[in-house]
Amino acid sequence: MAKRQIEPILWLTFSAGGMAAALALPVLLLVFGVLIPLDWASPDRTHLLAVLRNPLTRLVLLAVFVLALFHWAHRFRYTLYEGLQLKHLNQVINVLCYGGAVAGSVMAGYILLIAL
Amino acid sequence: MTERVQYTEFHPRWHRTRFPVFWWLRRRSYLVFVVRELTSVFVAWTVVYLLLLINAVAEDDAAYQRFLDWSGTWWVVLLNVVALALLLFHTVTWFNLAPKAIVARMRGRPLPGIWIQGAHYLAWALVSAGVAWLILG
Repeated sequence: MAKRQIEPILWLTFSAGGMAAALALPVLLLVFGVLIPLDWASPDRTHLLAVLRNPLTRLVLLAVFVLALFHWAHRFRYTLYEGLQLKHLNQVINVLCYGGAVAGSVMAGYILLIAL
Repeated sequence: MTERVQYTEFHPRWHRTRFPVFWWLRRRSYLVFVVRELTSVFVAWTVVYLLLLINAVAEDDAAYQRFLDWSGTWWVVLLNVVALALLLFHTVTWFNLAPKAIVARMRGRPLPGIWIQGAHYLAWALVSAGVAWLILG
């Protein structure tokens, strides 16, 4: 019964996370993962801090990060189940995938809501 | 409906065809399917990378400089270029599937799939431009 109740929620977070990741992550990785490391752009740290400390930025980033992590957990779970035929290890895989998503979400909440 | 069903004491064993572990290497379409599923790993990597960046920005100038030095090493740049390519693959495949997942109607008639797809690409362009302007503008 509990499995039936949680499965639709996991599919919902998978879909919402897929959409959030598709919309927001490519531009963020392009700027922070490629352009800035290659010195093609160099925003000031104080400017980044000002943008990040805006409450709206924090909430939007937290939502994107949490949903994207649950998207990863759900999709990777089925990749291991079907791609590598590991369905018999479902309990270990579930703990690693959703446990990883929960741990990452807690870390995102700490960094965005407390450390900033 | 008059046929009588014979119940047995034990649950029957399911018949399952055994698949080789690398079944997805047999056809290009299977490989594309698995690569699409593996884009989620790079979604997770991007979140971790951005959290490391935000943590460094929040700390002080020295921590931010250390992050910039690390993110400029060849293997991190290479990893991010690969991750960016797979994120783009995720975005394109996600938006192209949207008309099959969303049934939108206007005045009782279903909207053409190209409209739904186009709305997603438009939203992506607006979000990307807005984020780039906020960071670099």
